[in-house]
Amino acid sequence: MSVAFTRDWLLAETPASRAQAAWGRRYRAWLGLRANPLAMIGLAVVVAFVLLALAASLLATHDPGAQDLANRLARPSAAHWLGTDELGRDIYSRILHGGRVTLGMVIAVVVLVAPLGLAVGCVAGYFGGLVDRVLMRVTDVFLAFPRLILALAFVAALKPGVESAILAIALTAWPPYARLARAETMTVRNSDFIAACRLTGAAPARIVLRHVAPLCVPSLVVRITLDMSSIIITAASLGFLGMGAQPPSPEWGAMIATAKRFIFEQWWVPTGPGIAIMLASLAFNFLGDGLRDVLDPKQR
Amino acid sequence: MRKRLGSLASGLASIALTLLGLAIVTFLIGRVMPIDPVLAAVGDNAPQAVIERTRAEMGLDRPIAVQFLTYLWQLAHGDLGRSILTKNAVTSDIARYFPATLELATAAVLVAAVVGVPLGVWAAVRQGTVIDQTIRVVCLAGHSTPVFVLALGSLLIFYAILGIAPGPGRQDIVFQDMVPHVTGLLTVDALIAGDYDALRDALAHMVQPVLILAYFSMAYITRMTRAFMLDALNGEYVVTARAKGLSGTAVVWRHAFPNVGVRLVTVLALTYAGLLEGAVVTETVFAWPGLGQYLTVSLMNADMNPVVGATLLVGLVYVGLNLLADLLYRQLDPRVR
Repeated sequence: MSVAFTRDWLLAETPASRAQAAWGRRYRAWLGLRANPLAMIGLAVVVAFVLLALAASLLATHDPGAQDLANRLARPSAAHWLGTDELGRDIYSRILHGGRVTLGMVIAVVVLVAPLGLAVGCVAGYFGGLVDRVLMRVTDVFLAFPRLILALAFVAALKPGVESAILAIALTAWPPYARLARAETMTVRNSDFIAACRLTGAAPARIVLRHVAPLCVPSLVVRITLDMSSIIITAASLGFLGMGAQPPSPEWGAMIATAKRFIFEQWWVPTGPGIAIMLASLAFNFLGDGLRDVLDPKQR
Repeated sequence: MRKRLGSLASGLASIALTLLGLAIVTFLIGRVMPIDPVLAAVGDNAPQAVIERTRAEMGLDRPIAVQFLTYLWQLAHGDLGRSILTKNAVTSDIARYFPATLELATAAVLVAAVVGVPLGVWAAVRQGTVIDQTIRVVCLAGHSTPVFVLALGSLLIFYAILGIAPGPGRQDIVFQDMVPHVTGLLTVDALIAGDYDALRDALAHMVQPVLILAYFSMAYITRMTRAFMLDALNGEYVVTARAKGLSGTAVVWRHAFPNVGVRLVTVLALTYAGLLEGAVVTETVFAWPGLGQYLTVSLMNADMNPVVGATLLVGLVYVGLNLLADLLYRQLDPRVR
């Protein structure tokens, strides 16, 4: 089947195939998003953030771990664009490589959390009854702690480090997704097309996987995008409190933690990573806000 | 009536289950540490007999279920164990540190509400205009910046460069222990003692952390106020009020806002609970002797009893505030009765 991605084909009122209908819907969402300047700024920064993190070793001017003790806490200059830190390491290169750490943590958390939340929510919402009550009770317990405090306690119990931080953030991040997926599932559970599915003899697993879960995805995507900034901030806060990525690692929060001792004399040392955290999380918030308007008009 | 009693009973049952869950989670956190608490207590080189005896004394040789029941028993008696670091009972430590956090969070939620709610209403009334967009950006920026970045920046600008704000800490060294301890809230204690210099000093020290926490939590309040107001402004009673010829202000504040106010109670309660979390990070930057400071110092030293105690307390406050919001909501809004 040859497909021509023309504007007319995408915006056709009467799509001739499933693919055309699906692409048409995506294109309309994109048009809606494009009309929102804040969301486009957010998208641009997010894309830039990902590209910079991927190309960190190409763009860095120095080795992020290379020390130069003769040149400690140097002001920004042509050689060191953002100055050097307390061990003479180049701050600009460290921020670039720190982007990798942050991006890796965010992706790992989402990969762990989204399927789990979706599964728990869909199962609880579709089957209802005792299953629902047990699963939602567990969800409530995890919702009963502020995220950072539970994550702190978990990391302390495990061992400070990136892996523990990812695990701890994941443990505290899944309940809202489960709640959301459950609410979405409950609204479609009793609809006619699900009843029709059941009549044709589809197994519950098939109905949940192929018919219920896909409908929960758009609102989950919005929620995840908005949550990215919260994950970035939690990861940075854990690093700042010494419970996340550990010092030689150029994680932004950990960089600020070591730099806060000389903030009054060498203010440029913590400023760079601080702005990096702010930009990254602000971009995800802008993008998520725009996505919500497009994908989830009822929550506007 | 019977229906209300029934819903009350099921509500209580769900709270009991949540509390049990809190106990299980904190118990597990306290037990899964990588360091054997017995070895931590007696040292690596202790003879086997001493290790065995200490293990028995600490109750760690018993089955995990028995240990959990013992933990529940102690919790029910308000016993959270002792801190290795301060040598005090965790409960008395918490009683000393918690008021400082409470003072910070309460002031912050007040400021956030006083600023955030009108901003949300304004954004809703001017939906889609430059004002709406500006408010959105300002709030999102506050919500996207980690509090420690804001706190360090504020200290740098207002304390180090401009010199118009006091430095870290809760009060000047001059006023240390000068005001008799009554509630633990320095502002209230200073008022009771009638010591206005101490009051001014305490307030001055609060300005930075409170404004930062308020800015951070304002985004949520403003966003929810705006959403609720948009909802209310589309109601038919608002159209009626407009048709009667009421002024715009009267329609917004006398007709639409009261309906929103009730729903905001829940938002404010959740914000308040969330502030406890922001307080942990803020306190470490401002050297604020509160629960967050206590928690992080204990974490650094792998002192697990205070960690478990503080986590449990925060969880309890969280559950309590949620419950309170729920009850208030039912009480204030006749539609959900």
